[in-house]
This record gives sequence, C-alpha cells and structure tokens, in this order.
Amino acid sequence: MAESSDKHAYGYLTHAEVRFLEAACERLIPTDDLGPGAKAAGVTVYIDLHLQSEWGTHGRNYRSGPWLDGTPQQGYQSRLTPQEMYRAAIRETDLHCTAQYGKNFDALSGEQQDEVLLAMEHNKLDLPSVSSRVFFDMLWRNTEEGFFADPIYGGNQGNVGWKLLGFPGVSSTIYRELLSSKEVYRAEPVSILDIKSGKASVDGQGFPKHIPIKPV
Amino acid sequence: MTTPTKLKPVDAVVIGSGVVGSIISMELANAGVNVLCLERGRSAEQQKDFVMPYVQDELKFDRHSDIFQNLSRETITFRNNMTETALPMRELGSFKPGEIVGGTALHWGCNARRQLPYDFDIRSRLEARFGKKYFPEDCTSQDWGVTYEDVEPYYDQFEHIYGVGGTAGNLNGEIRAGGNPHEGERSREYPNPPTKRTPQGELFAKACQELGYHPFQGPAAAMTRDYMNLYKNFLGECARGGFCSSHACSQGAKANPLTAVMPTLLKQPTFELRPLSNVIKILTDSTGKKATGVIYVDARGRHFEQPAEMVILATYCFNNTRLLLLSGIGKPYDPISQTGVVGRNYSYQTGGRVEVFFEDREFNPFIGGGMVNTSVDDLNGDVLHSQPRDFVGSAYIAVSTAGATPIKSKPVPHGTPRWGAGWKKAVAHNYRRAFSLGIHGSCMSYRGHYLDLDPTYRDSNGLPLLRMTFDWHQNEQKMLHYMNEKVSEIAKAMKPSSYHARAPYTKYSIVPYQSTHNMGGAAMGADPKTSVVNKYMQSWDVPNVFVVGGSAFPQNGAQGPTETIGMLACWAADGIKEVYLKKPGQLMV
Repeated sequence: MAESSDKHAYGYLTHAEVRFLEAACERLIPTDDLGPGAKAAGVTVYIDLHLQSEWGTHGRNYRSGPWLDGTPQQGYQSRLTPQEMYRAAIRETDLHCTAQYGKNFDALSGEQQDEVLLAMEHNKLDLPSVSSRVFFDMLWRNTEEGFFADPIYGGNQGNVGWKLLGFPGVSSTIYRELLSSKEVYRAEPVSILDIKSGKASVDGQGFPKHIPIKPV
Repeated sequence: MTTPTKLKPVDAVVIGSGVVGSIISMELANAGVNVLCLERGRSAEQQKDFVMPYVQDELKFDRHSDIFQNLSRETITFRNNMTETALPMRELGSFKPGEIVGGTALHWGCNARRQLPYDFDIRSRLEARFGKKYFPEDCTSQDWGVTYEDVEPYYDQFEHIYGVGGTAGNLNGEIRAGGNPHEGERSREYPNPPTKRTPQGELFAKACQELGYHPFQGPAAAMTRDYMNLYKNFLGECARGGFCSSHACSQGAKANPLTAVMPTLLKQPTFELRPLSNVIKILTDSTGKKATGVIYVDARGRHFEQPAEMVILATYCFNNTRLLLLSGIGKPYDPISQTGVVGRNYSYQTGGRVEVFFEDREFNPFIGGGMVNTSVDDLNGDVLHSQPRDFVGSAYIAVSTAGATPIKSKPVPHGTPRWGAGWKKAVAHNYRRAFSLGIHGSCMSYRGHYLDLDPTYRDSNGLPLLRMTFDWHQNEQKMLHYMNEKVSEIAKAMKPSSYHARAPYTKYSIVPYQSTHNMGGAAMGADPKTSVVNKYMQSWDVPNVFVVGGSAFPQNGAQGPTETIGMLACWAADGIKEVYLKKPGQLMV
C-alpha cells in the first residue's frame, strides 16, 4: 500500500485495524470541496496514539466489579478498555461485513460502509462482545477529537479542522481589544505544535503572532 | 488498616484546599490559629504548571486532565431512583470535581453571581405568598437559616478576594443604570469594572430591552483590570483567549485558590499545607460529641492520626457528605422513614439553551472566556413568582461568550445529520454564525433525591463509595419548558435567520457534561431535624466540626453556587473567629 499514513509507525493498531479506521473515519468526516477529511487529517494516527495514552487503558476510570449493564443513564459499564473495545469491535464488524457483503469493511462501497455505520449508530448491528452503539459513540467521539484537537496529538494535521471552522487556534493578545468589535477577525490557525516546532513565533508572554487572512 | 502514626496536635485541621479551605485557612491563620490543611490532590503552582501555550489544549483540559478527580481511586455510584441498582460512575461526564491544590475552583468558569434574597428564604416566602401547596408534595426545599441581609457583608468580602467585576444594580437601595435592578441590596460597588459587551451580547441586550427586560453585564471573577486583592495577591487582566471553564488559566487572571489566596497564605507561619493527604475519617471521643482529629492516608499509603482542637470539612459536596457518613457524625438520611439528615437535600443545576443562527453575520466566537456575559434576571426569583406559576424555581438568561473551542462548540441547526458530508458542511457554515442564549436554572430538592453509602462498591482504601439517587423532577421540567418559550421570544426579537430551543432532558444521565454544581447532602438550617449544620456551618451533633461548602445548600438557586460557597467560607470563618473561639466546643446560637 502506498498510502501517506503508511510512514507512521502504529504502536497499538494492527494493519487491518488501520485500514478499517481510515475507511470508517473518512465516511464520518469525508474529503469534499470544503477540504480534507479524517484520513488526510491523520485521525487514525490520533486514535492509535490516544489508545496508547492513559485513556486507552481507562487508567483514570473506576475499574472494579461487579460489572453490570445498567441503564443508558448510568454510562459506560463495559469491562473492556478502549484498546480492547476497538480490537473486538473492528474484528467483529469485519466478520459481519464478510458474511453480509463478502468483503471486509474497508473494501465496501461508500454506501455500504454508511449502511454499516448507521446500523452501529442505532445499535442494529449485533456484535458478540460489545454493543455496536457503544463502539460507534466511542469511534465518533475519537474521530471528532482527532479532527479538531491540537495537532500535537497526531490528528488535525495542517490544522485542517480549524481551517474548516475558521478557528485561529492558540489565542492572540489582540483578542482583548477585539472583544466588543464587530469586525470579523480571520487569521491563519496557530497550534501548540506550530509553536513547539518553531513554525510560529511567540511574544514574551507566550502568545503567538497571528497572520491575518485577507477577506476574499 | 495499619496502626496510624500519631502526629503532633494542631489547633485546626482544614480538609480540602479549594475555594472554601483556602479562605478559611487564611482567615484562621491570620487570627493566630495554627492551621493544617490536608488536601487529597497534588500540589500545583500557577506559574510553573499552567503556562502558554499548553493550557490552550482542549483535548487535555476538557477530557483528561489530572486536575480532575482520578476515578480509579474513588468515584460515586449513581441510579435514577431507589428501585434501581446504583452503578459506579466509571468515567467523568456530567460533572468534573477537582483533585488538586485549589480544588474544583481551579477550573471554574468565573461566574460570580450572588444569590437573590429570595433564594435564602424561598420556602417561607413563596408559601406566605401562595400557600403551602405551592411546592410539590415531595419537595424538601427549605429556608437556609440565614437571610441575604445576614450574609451581605460576606459576599462583599469574597468579591474583594476574588476581584469580581460588575456594576452594582442596587447600591444601598438606589437602583443604578447598567446593573441588575433585581439583585439584593449591596453595601458597596464591585471592586472591578464590568466586562465589555460583545456583539452577541449587544444583540441580546437590544432584544431584551424591546421586551421590557433589564440586561446587564453579569459579574465575573476573571480580572477586568490588573488587581491587587484583599489578601495582597496580584491578579492580571484577562486576555479573553477562551479555554477558560474546565481549564486552568495561564494569565493568573482567573481568581481561584492558587491565584487569589495561596501565594500569601503559604507565607503564613501559622499555616501548613499537606498535599496528597487523603482524609478518610474524622475521629470523635467516647461521647461521640467531640472530634479529636482525623485519620489520613498519604501518597505512600501510610496512615496518620492528626489530632486537632477543631475540624473544618471543606471539600466538594460529595466528600463532605461521605466523610460525615464514614465518620458516623450526624444521623444518615432515610428517605423511607423521612428521618435523619446526612445525605438529604441533594440537588443539581438545570440548564437549557436556545441557539440562534445568522446567515448574514459572522462573529468571533473564539474571543471570550472569563465569563464575559450579558444577562437578565427578569425571569428569576421574585420577579417571576410575583404571580403564581405551575412550578417552583426560576432561571437567569445569558449570552456568555466563553471562547468556542473546536471539539465541543460547533452549533448546527436542528435536523443536521450527526456525521458525514452534511454534518461537515453545517459545522463549517455555522461555527462563526451562531451562538446560544443560555438558561441557567434552579433545582429544588426532593424526598427521593439523596446521597448515602453504596452497599457494594468501594474505593481504593476499601471504604464504601457514595451513592447518588437523582433524576429530573417534573417541576424542573415544567420550569424549563416555560423558560424555553420565554427565551425563544427573546431569540425571535433578535431577528436571526433561525433559532431552536433544545428540548429539556427527561431523564437525568451521568454521561453528557452538564454542570459541576452538585449541591447539598449536609444542608445548613435552623432546625436540627432537617439540617446537618446550623447557620454558622457548625455540626449540630459535634460542635467542634464545621462543614462548609456546596454541601450546605438546601437546594440550588439559579445563580450558580461558587460565589455563595465563597461567601459561606467568609461567613463561617468570621463566626469561628468572633464567636466560637471565645467559647470553644459550644454550640453557637
């Protein structure tokens, strides 16, 4: 495979899981005339790194039993950590896709992929080990995080999520004067990663210098 | 349990170093009392730990930061009602208690409103006006045991510690332009000027005026100018860079224990702060009527007995209640027999919003933070309940410009798909064209909403977790439906392209973030049959124990609790200094 993300060394995800997630996340946030989607933004890289963080093993979660299903209002009650949830859910979804369509998820057409994702979202896909809705909610939450969090976490590469919104990233000292202003403020987004890697310069207090975007 | 090592006695142990613990420590240490403050969380230094650009990290601070409670050691269990089995809150969601020096206030949103005079005697005031049946039959809301007039000087004191910015609307009885005409009478102007009004706030204010309402800039505890506070700590002016609520502030502009109290408190020779010290029990003597000190566990797991002449419990609502239950102080509440008090009167905060979308305008939604807001109190307190309603309670309405961060703040019109190309187009189009009118509402307390010890689940020390039984009551839902109607009228008067009122939640869920305003469990009051502490925040049962904080709220008003929690710290400290210490061990009257 000659995909650009191949240059990334995945610490947790397997090759098959990367292919699944690149396909699934790209359906959730697709590339279109507004700009890059989840795949180019590096959302799968984000998910891989995030699964290796304390969150990926639910290191700050309460993890003692008894484990009961509970009501939806009682929140996450699966004994699986996010690492284990991704592993089980991707494998079992691919098994479903093979039985249903004769192919793994990543080889399906876009319409078929949406069909599977919608079934998961509405808990209509019966997976043996996990609730498909619980997995979908986790996947969508992580996709959104990966697309819009600071690029220091591996996603939102090139600040594409922030450019999509018109969010300028790390704030400028000029904001204080602009608080009451009706003037629309546009600037090239600056991330923590940009500052750390020397791509953006900061003043004595650590605030970046914004480069304004001229209105078209 | 290992035998605890007994330490040298101190005059006072303060449990918790948040908004309450830090102020009471300062007040007592200044009065010459030897104070030891035990904090379960780690220590933190404003200028070392919270710096640019790293504080502007939404992923970390909105979701995973170690300034929040680590649930792997201790959480609560939750159920909607008594027929269900409570299950542990395994991850943070609905609220975010802190676990650090400075406590939850480290990441608060700086909303610094006083309660209305109405809030302190809501039960007797509304019953006198409309009769006893005005409250739902199962409602346990009650008067506070203090009036607004009693505590006004202590609101004033807290505002001069936390550098609150605003315009007095009622200064010694005189109604003043630009302020909130419906507020209780103030003895003094705010220490700092009000926040500037944003274009979004201006649209809201204009619509409110057309409808006959009285908009004002809501009080905020993020500095509106450089400020030297009552404790001689310096706080810098807010940069309005967003990343405020749920974040620590790199500018030291957010008043909190680390910025407003700790720098000078830590220099006091009569004060010692001991972080990573988790109190698990308050000890009492053989009579059960006198506390002798506390047991705490340090980071190495060693147990210590810390003897003290008095114990001040100053933690979050949950731990104040839980420590009383674990220590056998006060009678636990039983919702069946309607007896006991500890754990009674648990309440929360209601919320709602009406989103407005403007096709022909763009805003700068990322500029803000530090509680920049334009508000009205015309649907709150006595103004609303001057005529009978089919609900108790009320709300303030505000356009707050908190700094729209990209993971969580992407308003889209009703009916937008949740993901895919349609969703992407909608978030891109609307991020700069939309904002919300927020409904910040009260929450009454009820017989079946309470806190007790869980029969099954335990913390990392083997002690029972606290169990919360809570759901949204019909009364609060009626109030929110009414507010949606009234706020939609304001939204309409703003002439947006479209607007949409979010339907109130029907069942309370622990999953989506709602509010870190968990209240009650150790209510204050005038009657020991219905309160845990008297009006001086002193335990009815063990007079050398004071329980101060959000736990003391008999129900939650609309205004947001932090300002009142800070006021209660000043009020309790004054009572201890001026009355209690002259006759230690006596119940104050």
